[in-house]
Amino acid sequence: MIWGSWENFLAMGGYASYVWGSYLVTLALLIAEIVLLALRRRGAIEGVRSRNAASQGKR
Amino acid sequence: MTAALRCVIVRDLLLAARRSSDVLTVLLFFVIVVSLFPLGIGPEPALLRTIAPGAIWVAALLASMLALPRIFASDHADGTLEQILLGATPLGMTVAAKVFAHWLVSGLPLVLISPVLALQFDFPQELLGVLTLSLALGTPILSLIGAIGAALTLGLRGGGALLSLLVLPLYVPVLIMGAGSAEAAAAGIGGQAQLFLLGALLVFAGAFAPWAAAVALRISME
Amino acid sequence: MNAGINWFKYSSPQTFFPLAGKLVLCFGVLSAIACAAGLYLGFFVAPTDAQQGEAYRIIFIHVPAAWMSMFLYVVMAFWAGWGLAFNTRLSGMMASAIAPTGALFTFVALWTGSLWGKPTWGTWWVWDARLTSELILLFLYFGFMALQAAIDDARRADKAGAVLALVGVVNVPIIYFSVKWWNTLHQGASVSLTKSPTMAATMLTGMAVMAFGFWFYSIAASFARARCIMLERERASDWAAGYAKGSA
Repeated sequence: MIWGSWENFLAMGGYASYVWGSYLVTLALLIAEIVLLALRRRGAIEGVRSRNAASQGKR
Repeated sequence: MTAALRCVIVRDLLLAARRSSDVLTVLLFFVIVVSLFPLGIGPEPALLRTIAPGAIWVAALLASMLALPRIFASDHADGTLEQILLGATPLGMTVAAKVFAHWLVSGLPLVLISPVLALQFDFPQELLGVLTLSLALGTPILSLIGAIGAALTLGLRGGGALLSLLVLPLYVPVLIMGAGSAEAAAAGIGGQAQLFLLGALLVFAGAFAPWAAAVALRISME
Repeated sequence: MNAGINWFKYSSPQTFFPLAGKLVLCFGVLSAIACAAGLYLGFFVAPTDAQQGEAYRIIFIHVPAAWMSMFLYVVMAFWAGWGLAFNTRLSGMMASAIAPTGALFTFVALWTGSLWGKPTWGTWWVWDARLTSELILLFLYFGFMALQAAIDDARRADKAGAVLALVGVVNVPIIYFSVKWWNTLHQGASVSLTKSPTMAATMLTGMAVMAFGFWFYSIAASFARARCIMLERERASDWAAGYAKGSA
């Protein structure tokens, strides 16, 4: 390993806020996208169900 | 076909003449926005001389954009646009004619008044020609590209702001080349390269934009 | 004549939907593996840069994200154009599905570019050719998404978006060239994020692996979003009803 210790790794040679700021924000955005997609999927399925319930109710 | 196109141009010019306040408002907007820059930045002459091409070009961009909805909106509202779509003249040519008329009314006045505004910024007199020429080449491009945006957003809610969002990124090369030509001339290296590129952009836009706008019109009018 | 797969079978939402579902899972896993490998290369194999120290490690996200942002725009324009030309519903849905992911990577490129610029060049924003072009690309993505959001009719939205995307894709090289010109003329902004670390082989490999990771992620996210769009638009169809009943 090129880092001496965990502290060195986390400190990133003094640039910790920039490097981790980049990686963590990217990770957060990707996770947010995944979560939003899951929510959208659930909403879409609900939409299909409610539309079919409505059309069956009319018969 | 030329008779039909001449008819379109004359009609649009007549309509604009009857609603001259529309035209004058755009011109006035241009003048006011240009005056805002010194008010915001400070009256120091050297600074103003540097920003003059950029400020005038940005104001021209915004004023052009303000005028865009008018290309198709009134025809759309009174049903003329449907008739145009049904007509025998190729839609691309009609669109080109309308854009030309629109430029005569909204773009050309900006070009003509720009030297006066540039003098307000103490822009060197011998370079006024470059600036005016860049606007003369650039404002038609703005009208052509803008027509595509106007056709796409025909009748949509949020019209003006949405149109700006669509069209401003596409305006960026025109802005860079246009303002860049005058800035390069002011820096002593001559603005010919940018002017030639503007000319090329004009030819390119003139060839393709009317056709793209026609496609967009048909989509919007389905 | 029964040779090969009948690809046209998958051009209808009904048949593509289950296939897309499997692909989401498959590419999701591949993406996780690739990103893990890329991050390992980036943090534990690539050496420290002589000039920039550890700050350069941002490059393992910044450059792949920038590549993705441009690649996804072209792919989006391709599908939109295909849908406009051949009137296939699924192509338009695909284009709409790709846009938000493309915009996300564009934002990531801008964010990481800014955080990279601050320690290395001293300012939070650098008007260099790539960052400025990325900014305009973000506006192009937003314009596409805003236009589609403003149109209620799905077919008109697809076609209008297609015209916009095609005009945009033609303009992207023009924009990039003019921004590059603008940047080199104004020598004050001569710092460039593109010229930075001299590329050790491990750095390049790390970037390439991360690029694959992002690419697979984009495929998975786009297909997942496309599935949502299919369910939303084909609400009235039987296959959608069957699927909704089946997935409790």
